Amino acid sequence: MKLRSRRSRGAVALVLGLALFTAACGDDDEAATDDTKVEAKSEAGGDTIKVGVLHSLSGTMAISEKSVRDSELLAIKEINAAGGVLGKQLEPVIEDGASDWPTFAEKAQKLISEDKVATVFGGWTSASRKAMLPVFEKNNALLWYPVQYEGLESSPNIFYTGATTNQQIVPALEYLKEQGKKKLFLLGSDYVFPRTANKVIKAYAAANGMEVAGEEYTPLGHTEYGTIVTKLKSAKPDVVFNTLNGDSNVAFFKQLKAAGLDATSMPTVSVSIAEDETRGIGPENLAGHLVAWNYYQLTGGADNEKFVAAFKKKYGDDRVTDDPIEAGYVAVHLWAMAAEKAGSTDVAKVKAAAKGLTFDAPEGLVTVNGENQHISKTARIGEILPDGLIKEVWASSGPIEPDPYLKSYDWAKGLS
Amino acid sequence: MDVFWLQLFAGLSIASILLLIALGLTFTFGQMGVINMAHGELIMAGAYTSYVLQKEVFGAGRAGTSFLIAIPVAFLTAGTIGVILERLIIRHLYGRPLDTLLVTWGISLMMQQGARDLFGAPNVQLSAPGWLQGSLTVGDLSFAWSRIFIMGLVIAAVLGVGFFLTRLPQGRRMRAVMQNRQLAACSGIPTARVDMLTFFIGAGLAGIAGVAIGLIGPIGPNLGTYYIVDAFLVVIVGGLGQMRGAVIAALFIGVMNAFVEYGTTTSVAKVIVFATIIVFLQFRPQGLVVLRSRALT
Repeated sequence: MKLRSRRSRGAVALVLGLALFTAACGDDDEAATDDTKVEAKSEAGGDTIKVGVLHSLSGTMAISEKSVRDSELLAIKEINAAGGVLGKQLEPVIEDGASDWPTFAEKAQKLISEDKVATVFGGWTSASRKAMLPVFEKNNALLWYPVQYEGLESSPNIFYTGATTNQQIVPALEYLKEQGKKKLFLLGSDYVFPRTANKVIKAYAAANGMEVAGEEYTPLGHTEYGTIVTKLKSAKPDVVFNTLNGDSNVAFFKQLKAAGLDATSMPTVSVSIAEDETRGIGPENLAGHLVAWNYYQLTGGADNEKFVAAFKKKYGDDRVTDDPIEAGYVAVHLWAMAAEKAGSTDVAKVKAAAKGLTFDAPEGLVTVNGENQHISKTARIGEILPDGLIKEVWASSGPIEPDPYLKSYDWAKGLS
Repeated sequence: MDVFWLQLFAGLSIASILLLIALGLTFTFGQMGVINMAHGELIMAGAYTSYVLQKEVFGAGRAGTSFLIAIPVAFLTAGTIGVILERLIIRHLYGRPLDTLLVTWGISLMMQQGARDLFGAPNVQLSAPGWLQGSLTVGDLSFAWSRIFIMGLVIAAVLGVGFFLTRLPQGRRMRAVMQNRQLAACSGIPTARVDMLTFFIGAGLAGIAGVAIGLIGPIGPNLGTYYIVDAFLVVIVGGLGQMRGAVIAALFIGVMNAFVEYGTTTSVAKVIVFATIIVFLQFRPQGLVVLRSRALT
């Protein structure tokens, strides 16, 4: 008996050991990014400013967050090549949030107190941001958050470079109204962003004579959409407003198309599918469907051409840029400009200097709003092309001022 | 009435997918008592096999050929991975189900990370063959070809496995070992070889499931985690090692899920189905179909 139990323990230990080994191997794609770090060190002769880069490099969110990390490192490299900030080179300290919200908080604390970084760029899911928020507020440190989110937040220690609801969802609804779509079907993953977004959508619909024909939520990672498709067929909406996230989108669009519904018979507007995601879903399943963002790889302008070329040069021709990737890039540049203007990396001074700062971003001119620390952004509706890229079909007349609490909209009273 | 037929079809489709992912598990878990948490990753291996064949060997232009060839190739690939696992690790753990749970869970994490390193973290794209795109239209109703194909595939798999177990000597030996290992060994059946074959077939069936699931769902490193719980559910409700039980359980869970989900929401349907299963297992802890045996285990 004794022998047996020892053997079983040995086997468990072996497997755990092997698992650790694989996890360690998993990090070797970080080697590519380490060159930025080495470069920074050697050029600056040890006198550098450390900045934190905190994204999920493992786990379910790695799919999306690795690309944002890449664009942030690209921006850091560009800034270093142009002489750095305040005459010093930037040194990125990269940490893995591992798609686990407590880990994000823990790593944020580590970056602030051990590495003493000047600022942190990071996060993707709202859950990771909410986990990090108290850490940054308690330490009076600075976080730059690069992804569109559900709004209703404005921390003095966070700058938000992705869209808030009035820069993405509200313009999308205005576009649909303009197109005469009156009957909406709301489909989302079951967590904070889709539920909050749908509250906003329902309030807008009620005030604008639109009808909500159905509202469905599926668990994250759900892969069976047969019944939802039947519900869509019986509800016959003019358009499906899709806030599904992650792998569920693949299952939903494959099954929607297989059931004989395409962009003409069952058009959808998605807010979580960008160029980086279209390939995994299969562009042939998505062609013609709509998305709402602030930036596409095909967005015009010399600044974007330069950005796309630099990104492809550093990471390969098969890579694409998209909205969150661009927002991460913008965040790094805005921070560097603010620090340069402030003459210091002190949080209070950087915040003061960031007020009203403008930047010719790949998406066009953006302005930092000093009050809520979001940035003005142009809203764009795009149509997915057969090759997976996205073509702009509508844009707001100019950058929209961020309004995370939707204070300037009458129909939104009582939402926040 | 339209909705009734559409939902019946959806339910049968869910049932066929459940059965396909659970079929391999009735061998490894049901017959050998190995709580194989890596079963989901064997499904993933099948899905990636299909992807590699299309991308590297045939090209998207010959998606049909590539898909049909992927079915036997995925069977062999996943089966081989299964045999390697059985020989290297699981063989040492027979009779200790809880240990196999921990160990195979570790293996599943390794395989997920391995897939992430090999194929990258994002989902990969697999083009469905032309003849599986679109749907069969009957009156106002349309039924997806890909789902009809999966139903056909699962029927073929069940018949094939049934034939193997009842008609072929290897299959009969497998059943003998399952019913009474000592007696089978005494009668001269090489039980270790039979174990290997059982694992090969169980893992191979998971590979076939992977090819089919790639038609309607995501193909990525996390694929296995989406299906593993459902697979265990079917095997447990059906009765350990009982293919007949698994068929009935899959039909029951699939059709019930479709109709309850239509009347309520996705999450509520999951809760109701789970609650029903819990109540059912209170009354029939051995599952739907019970093997009567004189073995003392």
